Amino acid sequence: MFKDPDFLKKVKNQKVLILLSIPFVIYVLIFCYVPLFGWIMAFQKYKPKTGIFHSEFVGLQNFQFLFTNQNGIFVKVIRNTVAMGLINLVLGTIFAIAFAILLSEFRYTFGKKVIQTISYLPHFLSMVIVTGIVYDVLRMENGMLNNFLTSIGAIDKEVAWLEEKSYFWWIVGFTNLWKETGWNSIIYLAAITSINPDLYEAASIDGAGRLSRIWHITLPGLKPTIIILLIMNIGNVLNAGFEIQYMLGNGLVQEVSQTIDIYVLKYGIGKGNYSLGTAAGIFKSVVSIILIAASNFAAKRMGEESLY
Amino acid sequence: MADFSEKKEKKAAEKAFDKKSSMFSRRSTGDIVFDSINTVVLLLSVVIILYPLLNMVALSFNDGLDALRGGITIIPRKFTTKNYSEFLGKQTLPIALRVSVLRTVIGTLSSTFVTALLAYILSRKEFVFKRGLSLLYVATMYVSGGLIPVFLVYKQLGMTNSFSVYILPGMVSAWNMLVLRTYMNGLPDSLAESAMMDGAGHLTIFFKIILPLCMPVIATVSLFAAVGHWNSWFDAMLYNNTATNLTTLQFELQKMLSSVTNQNTNAETMKNATGASVTPTTMRAAATVITSLPIICLYPFLQRYFVAGLTIGGVKE
Repeated sequence: MFKDPDFLKKVKNQKVLILLSIPFVIYVLIFCYVPLFGWIMAFQKYKPKTGIFHSEFVGLQNFQFLFTNQNGIFVKVIRNTVAMGLINLVLGTIFAIAFAILLSEFRYTFGKKVIQTISYLPHFLSMVIVTGIVYDVLRMENGMLNNFLTSIGAIDKEVAWLEEKSYFWWIVGFTNLWKETGWNSIIYLAAITSINPDLYEAASIDGAGRLSRIWHITLPGLKPTIIILLIMNIGNVLNAGFEIQYMLGNGLVQEVSQTIDIYVLKYGIGKGNYSLGTAAGIFKSVVSIILIAASNFAAKRMGEESLY
Repeated sequence: MADFSEKKEKKAAEKAFDKKSSMFSRRSTGDIVFDSINTVVLLLSVVIILYPLLNMVALSFNDGLDALRGGITIIPRKFTTKNYSEFLGKQTLPIALRVSVLRTVIGTLSSTFVTALLAYILSRKEFVFKRGLSLLYVATMYVSGGLIPVFLVYKQLGMTNSFSVYILPGMVSAWNMLVLRTYMNGLPDSLAESAMMDGAGHLTIFFKIILPLCMPVIATVSLFAAVGHWNSWFDAMLYNNTATNLTTLQFELQKMLSSVTNQNTNAETMKNATGASVTPTTMRAAATVITSLPIICLYPFLQRYFVAGLTIGGVKE
C-alpha cells in the first residue's frame, strides 16, 4: 500500500471517506480492542486498586489454578459446556433437517405456510420467556408434562424434572429444539428447493418410493449445506449457553448446569476474581478458534466447501 | 435483491411442486401412508409449539387461587383480568416499559444508520484503507475480550448505571455491516459515479442514492436489531442492576421468574394466606403475554424480511 507512489495523492483525494471512517476506528478500538488488551489480567494477580499497569505478574498461575484447585470445578464446567454444546449441535442439526424434509414433502401449500409461520415463532421469543415456559411445563406441581403423563397413566407420582441431575442437559437440549428447530430448518428448506426436480422425476420413473427418494436425492443434495453449517456451529460448541442454564439451574443440579460463561460470571464478577474469570474466558476463546480452524481444515481435506 | 431471490425461490418451489403433484396423480399406498404420517407428525409439532403458549395465555386470564388447583388447558376456567391490572399497576412497570421501548427505538435506528454508513465507506472500491478497516471489524467476529475485560472497560467509561450501555455496545455490528456491504457492492457503480460527476459528495450519495436503494436489506437488519433489543435482559442485570429507573421489561420478567424458580413451591401457597387472587404464577403469565405481544403481533407480517435476512446473510469474507 505504502509503495504506491500515488498513495499520498489518493489520501488527499479521499479526505471525506477518511474523515468519516475515523469515528469507526476509534469505536472499534475502544469497544473491541481495548477489552482484548485486558487479557493481560489473566497473567496477573489483578487488583482494581493497582490497575492493569501495576498489578503483579504471575505467569500461568491463574490457568493452573483453574485446572487444579476448587475440587476440579472448572473441569466439570468444561464437561457440562461441551456436553450441552454437542447435544445442541447434534439434535439441532438432525431435527432441523428432518423438519425441513417433512415440510418439503407436505403437499398443501397453504397449510405448509401456516405450519412454517408457527414454527418460527419461538425463535423470536426471548430466552426469559422460553425459560419461563419450560419451567411451567416441567415444574413438579401442576406442570404440564406431569399432568399429561398422569392423565395417560404413564406415571403415578409427580416427577421433579428440574431437580434431577441426569435430566438437565436434555432439558436444555429440548428447550433449544423447541425454540430453534423451525427457524434452523429455513436454510435447509431453501437448499431442498434448489435441488433439480428432474432428479425426483427420474427416480420415481425408476420406481423409487418417497423414502428412497429422500435418502438418495434430498439428503445428498443437502450435504454441502449440512457441512458448512456444521463448520460454522462447531466453533459455537463452547457457547452452549448461558441464559437457560442461569435461569433454570438450581442448587440441586448446579454440578451439571454450570457452563464456562456462568463460571466467569460467578467467580469473575460475583466474587470479584477478575484474573481468574478472564483466564477462563481466554480458555474458551482460544479453544473456539482452534475448533473453527480445525473443522474448516477437515472440511477442506475432505474436498468439501469450506468457510474461508 | 431480497425480493427477487424470494420470488425466484417461490417459482422454483412451485415448479417442483407441480412436477411432484403431477407424478402423485397416481398415488400408491406407500404414498398415502407416507403423507398421513407426515401430516400427523407436522400437526403434532404445531401442537407442541402452540400448546404451552396458549396455556400461558389461559393462565394469564385465570384467577390465581383457582389456577393452583391445576388442570387449566387452553381456556381460562375462572376468567379475570386482575393479573394484568396487578402487573400493570406495579410501580416499576411504566419505567420498564418506557426503557424497553426507548432502547428498542433508539438502539435500532442508531445502529442501523451507523452500520450502514460503515458499510458504505467499505463498499467504496477506491478507498485506500478499505482492507485495513474491514479487517479490523471482521476480526471482532472471531475474538472478543470476554465478559470481564468488557465489563471493566464499560465501568471505566462510566457506562454502568446508564442508558448508554443499552445503545453503544451493539452500535456497529460487523455481521450486519457485511450483509449491507454485500448488498451495496451489488448495486451498479455507475449510479455513484454519475452523481460524483455532477458534483455530489459522499454524504449526498449515501443519503440520496445508496440508502434508499438499500431499503429491503435495511428493513431486515433493523428488524433483527429491534428483536435483539426488545429481548435482551442480561445487560440490564449486569450493568444497571441497582438503577431502578433503567430496568427493562425482560429484566422485570427475569426477576419474577427467578423468584419462583429459586424458592420452594410453598411460596405460592404462602401467598394465598393473604387472600389475594393473584399468584406469582398467574401474574408471571400475564407479564409473559404482555412482553411477547409486540413480537407475536408483528412478526407474521414481517416474516419475509426475517427470512430474507437468512438468505442474504450467506456472505463470505
